[in-house]
Amino acid sequence: MATQHSRSAARLMMAPAVVLLLGWMLVPLVMTLWFSFRNYLPLRGGDLGWAGFDNYVRFINSSSFWPSVSTTLIIVGGVLAITIVFGVLLALLLDQPMWGQGIVRILVIAPFFVMPTVSALVWKNMFMDPVNGLFAHLWKFFGAAPVEWLSQASLTSIIIIVSWQWLPFATLILLTAVQSLDGEQLEASEMDGAKPLQRFGFIILPHLSRAITIVVLIQTIFLLSIFAEIFVTTGGSFGTRTLTYLIFQRVLESQNIGLGSAGGIYAVILANIIAIFLMRIVGKNLDA
Amino acid sequence: MARNVTTQRKIINTTAAWVIGLLIFFPILWTILTSFKTEATAIADPPVFLFFDWTLENYQVVNERSNYGRFLWNSIFIAGGSTILGLIVAIPAAWSMAFVPSRRTKDILLWMLSTKMLPAVGVLYPIYLIFIKFGLLDSVLGLTIVLMLINLPIIVWMLYTYFREIPGEILEAARMDGASLKSELLYVLTPMAVPGIASTLLLNFILAWNEAFWTLNLTAAKAAPLTAFIASYSSPEGLFYAKLSAASTMAIAPILILGWFSQKQLVRGLTFGAVK
Repeated sequence: MATQHSRSAARLMMAPAVVLLLGWMLVPLVMTLWFSFRNYLPLRGGDLGWAGFDNYVRFINSSSFWPSVSTTLIIVGGVLAITIVFGVLLALLLDQPMWGQGIVRILVIAPFFVMPTVSALVWKNMFMDPVNGLFAHLWKFFGAAPVEWLSQASLTSIIIIVSWQWLPFATLILLTAVQSLDGEQLEASEMDGAKPLQRFGFIILPHLSRAITIVVLIQTIFLLSIFAEIFVTTGGSFGTRTLTYLIFQRVLESQNIGLGSAGGIYAVILANIIAIFLMRIVGKNLDA
Repeated sequence: MARNVTTQRKIINTTAAWVIGLLIFFPILWTILTSFKTEATAIADPPVFLFFDWTLENYQVVNERSNYGRFLWNSIFIAGGSTILGLIVAIPAAWSMAFVPSRRTKDILLWMLSTKMLPAVGVLYPIYLIFIKFGLLDSVLGLTIVLMLINLPIIVWMLYTYFREIPGEILEAARMDGASLKSELLYVLTPMAVPGIASTLLLNFILAWNEAFWTLNLTAAKAAPLTAFIASYSSPEGLFYAKLSAASTMAIAPILILGWFSQKQLVRGLTFGAVK
């Protein structure tokens, strides 16, 4: 009887959080779904009736769709590759005995706490500016012509900025995983004559695989929707228009709500596919 | 001799780690240094590192000219308000899921997490419409609510992983000793839960402070927090390196300091307990 009582109390305590999140998820999503089937142009007559699947077809057939998909994939892939490779190396290095480990850790983690608009602007102006940027000075010092980073190498520039922001996250999580590695196992393999590269390939990397998977999934979800970094650097020009940015432009700049909403639904589906994999891993861990 | 080898390796490790660490930190260091230069020194060719006339002028100018205080206040209010509101909603939920789990607890937790994966841009226009309808556009209150909702799953999750570590036997023992639900909450659970709640508060304050999609899209002049204030420096006429640096330094300094305290919680909070 007491259990019955506490069960209903528990349900009551959960209710506000569940109701709020349900509302937050369903109301806007249903609205987006609705708009995606309408001819909705607020600046040109408002809601002009049903469009069927026209918006979905037009979104995919527009000349900016496939470039935006490849831009998104290049940015996500590039940032993932850089942060995972350097993250593993950094985590292994930071796990070694050294002086001032705590301070180095703080230095490495710091970029994660810088707000996206600040990091994008600092990189854009103080490093990548073709006249006054530090890179320009460095290039000139070595006798090379300064690069106009954000127009000539726009994707590379965005990848550099975003990688700088996310490397700390990858490093921190991988470091946590490295520290849970069984030291005796490594010692035993060393005594059996395993070379450093073998130890890395057969013991360390398999041990890290779960953490790496989690970093990949979480970062992918956040990277698919990076916005501020593009908003304040290139504004989507010079081939940096990602899927997120394309939808943003359709909705707020060209005010074609129907078309933008169809794009939004595509983005939701894409994010869900990745989220399913992440949920499986997190869910498994919950049982353990 | 063995000791000698370790010392040598330790020196190599230390050097490598410090060089890389400083390299990664350099953009932040450079921003802080530039904030103390005059505009002329900031764009000097070749660049000046440490030996210049340090000045606080930029901080004064930013403070006076741009109502910096109001943006700062907006940031504090939005980040703090959304975190506290989130905690009020999340603490009972996480508490009941951790101590009175049912068959559906896991599904509910995973579903909550899945709402976090919803791409913001997909629901931008509906939120925009709702905000206009309720007069919440460019209001501190509206942004506080949105940020509370987007961080709620993380708050529930973090609290859940902390609460789950509190042994249930202690509660049973308290109940056996005749403690009422009220005293159970007040004297047994609360003291054990406070550290977890504090770390959750810290991490979510940081996440809300740095949020840069909704803050950029739902505010204009009135309710803009520091993220939006800094973004206004991207227009060409606002291109003053030293002033940009001073504004940036002020915007990131409080969070850098808070962040250093929350390194450990960061892993737990952002991997939803999947990496410990």
